[in-house]
Amino acid sequence: MAGSTPASLTADAGTAREGLAPQISPALDAWRRFRRHRLAVASAVILIGMTLAVAFGPALWPVSINDIDFTARLQPPGPAHPLGTDDLGQDLLARMLYGGRISLAVGFAAMVVSLIAGTLVGAVAGISRGSIDAALMWLTDLFLSLPQLPLLLVIIYLFRDSLKAVVGPEGGVFILVVAVIGGFRWMPVARLVRAQFLSLREKEFVEAARALGASTTRQVMRHILPNALGPVIVAGTINVADAIIAESTLSFLGLGFPPDIPTWGRLLFDAKDYLDIAPHWALFAGAAIFLAVLTINFVGDGLRDVLDPRRVM
Amino acid sequence: MGRYLLRRLLIAVPSLLGISIVLFTVLALAPGDPFGELASNPAVPPEVRAALRAQFGMDDPVLERYFHWLAAMLHGDWGFSFVSRVDVDSLIWQRLPATLFVIGSSQILALLIALPVGVYAATRPYSLFDQIANTLAFIGFSLPTFFTGLLFILLFSIHLDWLPFVYRSDLSATGFSWWWEEFRQAIMPVAVLGMFQGASWTRYVRSAVLDVIRLDYVATARAKGLREGKVVLKHVVRNALIPVVTLVALQMPTIFGGAIITEQIFRVPGIGSLLISSILANDTPVIMAVTFVFACLVILFNLFADLLYGWLDPRIAYR
Repeated sequence: MAGSTPASLTADAGTAREGLAPQISPALDAWRRFRRHRLAVASAVILIGMTLAVAFGPALWPVSINDIDFTARLQPPGPAHPLGTDDLGQDLLARMLYGGRISLAVGFAAMVVSLIAGTLVGAVAGISRGSIDAALMWLTDLFLSLPQLPLLLVIIYLFRDSLKAVVGPEGGVFILVVAVIGGFRWMPVARLVRAQFLSLREKEFVEAARALGASTTRQVMRHILPNALGPVIVAGTINVADAIIAESTLSFLGLGFPPDIPTWGRLLFDAKDYLDIAPHWALFAGAAIFLAVLTINFVGDGLRDVLDPRRVM
Repeated sequence: MGRYLLRRLLIAVPSLLGISIVLFTVLALAPGDPFGELASNPAVPPEVRAALRAQFGMDDPVLERYFHWLAAMLHGDWGFSFVSRVDVDSLIWQRLPATLFVIGSSQILALLIALPVGVYAATRPYSLFDQIANTLAFIGFSLPTFFTGLLFILLFSIHLDWLPFVYRSDLSATGFSWWWEEFRQAIMPVAVLGMFQGASWTRYVRSAVLDVIRLDYVATARAKGLREGKVVLKHVVRNALIPVVTLVALQMPTIFGGAIITEQIFRVPGIGSLLISSILANDTPVIMAVTFVFACLVILFNLFADLLYGWLDPRIAYR
């Protein structure tokens, strides 16, 4: 009855087979568990499709993103322009494909930044007891209570021009946006890693390694960290979606990438003044962001069932 | 309860100091002179610039500058807006009510969605209702607020022409029609923000209730012969809300971020749109003050969450 309610929709997936088929490799077992979450599988397919589209699409649809054609302003989708055109007659399909590269790249790069920072802080806090642990956790809690979007905007406002001067407009904004977004997303990862470290370092196999004379570095790198990575990967997946939303938000407020770089958020920002006469413009850009975020969230949910079956949320 | 509140207040002070340090570091590390553009702005007289430099102590050592800045912030002496030529604090006091109104009502809406849906879904896990609610919640928090806002404008303002898409603080109507106009223009911003929060809270509520409903004391309550409604509302929900309050408190910064976007889309005259417009106008004193106000609001709402804890779980308050 109520007592047997599994915590997650697919949490009971693995238990039925336990002990029956010893030949299954961990990877195959993981794939079997992931496959049970049908929405996650469908999302993974869509996400791979989107990634391939933005990676190879510009080569297959060789229309320049900057071709201005005033005779074809604000056209709805048609044979010449499958997704229509914007207020300067620029082809929206080409701009969406190009912008998708940047939006997805920002998402993944910011995820990597947040994972590295979070794992570092969490691992150091988890392995060293006492004052270092307390200080790092205080820092984590402090960052968690910072008003992120206002600070994001302030940092970009203050540092944008000088970084642009050093690395060029596109590269400068890219580095800044990735660093800042990643810099505000590491806290949940740090907490997860610390919690994992606290429990794993007391386990027998780590104690055995310690008894055999393994150095702290070796204990961490060979024994604790690999076992702590499951929830981290799940958190990383969610971070990609958060970072894509954050980048789109910045661009949507007109404070992200410069106007000639059409990220999805920037397209939405430009489109919002033409909502009444050219709704397709805003709808395609918004739908792309929504689809990317939704599929990443579903893939994260599927991965959670695979890697982290105990956690519910 | 009084001692508990005092303890929480004392814990809030270091966080506020920490936030002020982060904010000040960002300002101090920023390349160039934040007041540099004043020199090239002919509308600002040189004595104002000198007064500002003196007030912010631009030439003192960093530590001294920090304490000066902090003292000025605490005194409510937040400087002078370059653009609108008024004191920053009066500008913020003028804008704050709209922000608090939109955030407050959207949180109420989010609770009204999340509590019933989450509890109902958790009492019937894996039913059709649960699966639909779960999928809708996923869609809800994957839809960025700026896109939902545009969709709402497209549907309700442009196609159906039901609701105004510009929020006005100077409604000319009086009496009952003022309330009606105010209500009509608040629907879309509040709905956009409330639905986004409601979607993620629904998942929190569902899983928290699922965790609690399996415990033995719930079985005891049922065995006593209590009605199911009473078991769920009096025994399950109150305990399930404790982790939910934690997660909601953790989400406070996100909520304020969402408010900035919503205010910008619907042109709500709150401090979020003030922040964006002052960033676009390089109005540094306003930018710093608004960011500080947002930080204070986050801390304040975390304090409310702590009070709520004390009420939900008296053991925490009397420890």
